[in-house]
Amino acid sequence: MKIIILGAGQVGSTVANNLASEANDITVVDRAPELLMALQERNDIRTVVGHASHPDVLREAGIEDADMVLAVTNSDEINMIACQVAHALFHTPIRLARVRSLDYLANPQLFRPEAVPIDFIISPEQLVTTFIEHLIESPGVLQILDFAGGMAQLVAVQAQHGGALVGKELRTLGKWKPAAETRVVAIYRRDRAIFPEGETVIEAGDEVFFLAARQHIRPLVTAFRQSDKRNRRVIIAGGGNIGKRLAETIESDYYVKIIEIDGVRCHALAESLHRAIVLHGDAADEDLLKQEDIEETDIFCAITNDDEANILSAMLAKRLGARKVVAIINRTSYAELAEGAAVDIAISPAQITIGVLLTYIRRGDVVAVHSLRRGAAEAIELIAHGDRATSQVVGVSIEDLPLPRGTTVGAIVRGDKLVFPSHETVIESDDHVILFLVDKRKVADVERLFQVSITFL
Amino acid sequence: MHWRAITQLFGILLLLYSLGFIPSLGIALLYADGQWGIFAESLLITAVAGLVLWYPNIKQRSELSVRDGFLVVTLFWVLLGFAGALPFILGLHLGVTDAIFESVSGFTTTGATVMVGLDQVAPSILYHRQQIQWLGGMGIIVLAVAILPLLGVGGMQLYRAEASGVAKYEKLTPRIAETARVLWVIYFSLTLTCAMAYWVAGMDLFDAVGHAFTTVATGGFSTHDASIGKYDSPLIEMIAIVFMLAGGANFAIHFIAWRRLSLQPYGADPEVRVYGMLFVLATLFVAASLYWTGAYTGAPESLRYAAFQVASILTSTGFGTANFAEWPLHIPLILVILSFTGGCVGSTAGGIKVLRIMLLAKLGVRQLFQLAHPQSVSLVKVGRGPVSDDVIFSVWGFYVLYIVTTLLLTVAMMAAGLDLESAFGAVVATINLLGPGLGDVALNFATVSPVIKWLGIFAMLVGRLEVFTLLILFLPAYWRH
Repeated sequence: MKIIILGAGQVGSTVANNLASEANDITVVDRAPELLMALQERNDIRTVVGHASHPDVLREAGIEDADMVLAVTNSDEINMIACQVAHALFHTPIRLARVRSLDYLANPQLFRPEAVPIDFIISPEQLVTTFIEHLIESPGVLQILDFAGGMAQLVAVQAQHGGALVGKELRTLGKWKPAAETRVVAIYRRDRAIFPEGETVIEAGDEVFFLAARQHIRPLVTAFRQSDKRNRRVIIAGGGNIGKRLAETIESDYYVKIIEIDGVRCHALAESLHRAIVLHGDAADEDLLKQEDIEETDIFCAITNDDEANILSAMLAKRLGARKVVAIINRTSYAELAEGAAVDIAISPAQITIGVLLTYIRRGDVVAVHSLRRGAAEAIELIAHGDRATSQVVGVSIEDLPLPRGTTVGAIVRGDKLVFPSHETVIESDDHVILFLVDKRKVADVERLFQVSITFL
Repeated sequence: MHWRAITQLFGILLLLYSLGFIPSLGIALLYADGQWGIFAESLLITAVAGLVLWYPNIKQRSELSVRDGFLVVTLFWVLLGFAGALPFILGLHLGVTDAIFESVSGFTTTGATVMVGLDQVAPSILYHRQQIQWLGGMGIIVLAVAILPLLGVGGMQLYRAEASGVAKYEKLTPRIAETARVLWVIYFSLTLTCAMAYWVAGMDLFDAVGHAFTTVATGGFSTHDASIGKYDSPLIEMIAIVFMLAGGANFAIHFIAWRRLSLQPYGADPEVRVYGMLFVLATLFVAASLYWTGAYTGAPESLRYAAFQVASILTSTGFGTANFAEWPLHIPLILVILSFTGGCVGSTAGGIKVLRIMLLAKLGVRQLFQLAHPQSVSLVKVGRGPVSDDVIFSVWGFYVLYIVTTLLLTVAMMAAGLDLESAFGAVVATINLLGPGLGDVALNFATVSPVIKWLGIFAMLVGRLEVFTLLILFLPAYWRH
């Protein structure tokens, strides 16, 4: 696929990294040559220096035969215009753009082919905000991801002494709470994946991934952990776009304090927040944290745009007594260093965003893709089409599916029902199949499996 | 100062006002009370004075500055006080002090009176008195801006200087003349509805119109000594409560509600909400106090008198169904304090205004909050929107000047011979545009000395012009150029 990425910022370069390794032709356009240089050194891509929405620049980037344009500059307006130019002048088939402003997003009828022709809007801030919001809503959970429009959720938890099933075999899970149907799709023990089977014994410290219906998540978490106290007091360090949005969404349900170092920004925050307390100061200022009762805080979210500051303030908060600390960490190496030890949960905005993009970029009937474990593993939702003759999966029972190693079928969404398949379950046409892949490199094989042969039309 | 332009403007305004005597003249002829000559004389005097000021400066085309606006508005209210006093001097043979007091009390919608025996006064003069209040309610200059587009840009300065308070920068429509016209249309419709309601409820037509004038204007003049109490009708009192509260609500909200044809804007406006809440809470509190002290027999009676008096005082109207100054214990003071709150900004009511009180209260809470969280950044907000520091400072300044003026006037009134209760009552009654006070001035100002009446006139003008417009004239820097 020929893809043009406009903007070599954080999202742009992460996407370029990810897509370049998946056999795509990538061209990145940005006004800053030094950003492009760095990107080109690391990846097999082409770069063009110039204004992202100018037709000449786009032509130079080869938009005339591009399959997709992805506009992720830091200006909503440039992104929108670029998509318009791509549509009007070059008839680029797929146009994705980042739009941050809630004002635009609140009017979806704007994004039609005859107005602002964007096929799909990415709003990384919104995705990260929702992700953190999920974490705050469900204490004890490392990650929650939606499938089938939120019907099913994939949850990662760290097993802990005191959890009802810790130290027991996995098969006991079904008898423990029969009403709450679930399927454990993967277990990571000391960073190595274990294929979950009935006899597998859950140990404290295991990272368990399970799929379940949304309403069953909370009771199921207690299978692996002591019941976690509900989060009530939240401190947000960093009042950027994400911090502001997060505070706005949760301020009516939680006691929220938000710390921001920039006075002018504080003022803007105070304008749009009505219950949250806006604090002007440094999130790594011990006195400020103590003064604002850090030891009473249930969850501390370090979400400035500076990795180091996030890690340090999260560590400090942890030492001063915050019950749980999460931090946005963009650099993978830092995230690996910090997670588990210094911070409880490291959040990678790029990984969250990329899943959404991959959904769009990959061929076939991919409904949702979520990157897990810093991109090593992947959970994917695919639609099965065709019949026994044209499809390799429809009419085949789960045990006979020629899946690559390390791949588990977690659940099937059939109509509006969530089905946890047994070995004999047969896949039907139009089923949404949710798969967990321990190894991301096997994605292509899985997708090929779900493709309908040419004769099916 | 553009003296010639100002003089020309005065001429126009006086000419305009002289037309205001025509309805009274008509009433005099209709009721054949023999007073038509007085109104004809008043009309002539005012019109001639207007012509004298206007004609020599007819060629003036210079624009008014913001500074001129303050002077024009203040002086014009004084001038109006004289013009409106003419029929009282000519017809009732009142002294100049009394007549001007009565007239200013009318125009400022205060409703304090020096006249007793209203039931014997000729209908045309009574009508004139009610009409003065009605004209003063929305502001005669707002009216002038509405019907005289020739005021042009200068009109904006005048409008700002006269229209009340925090809301003065919000224009309902892009053009100031259009805004003024819209305000008058709403005002007129409210008055008409009120008059019909009174009429249906049993007042005769003359009283219905007369009382509608002063209800919507939140003025409080009545055509009877016993005020609304004369009818002793719960229905009429209810109508009065509704329209007093309507007059005390922000007219911008009336405008929005009218345009959308829904009551929702009232509920959505934070100031109107607090205003409504104040009314309900104060009514319940006063009713409970009246009930427990046994001032009235039974809860329904207590509630009826409490609701009417609270509405009347909260909106600075001053209608009476009872003499609240004689109510037991703390109740008179509660009501007097309530009159400091007044109605909403952009209404016909007097007092400090609900929005300013809200801002001050929020400022206080913010100060406390800041002590608990020293590094917090918190803003004073009304509804969802933050209030800028400029507005808060202006509210502070307003509040300080208002309170200091109140205290100084109280001292002055005591020096002029009133006891503490009466002095405070007199100041509250005038600066808050309330009408009835406490002690010697509980019912009227008939018995007090002329010095006190002049102090009262000053206080009424301060209250009506919302302190700044009048007091700025005492600032030396205003006159230096």
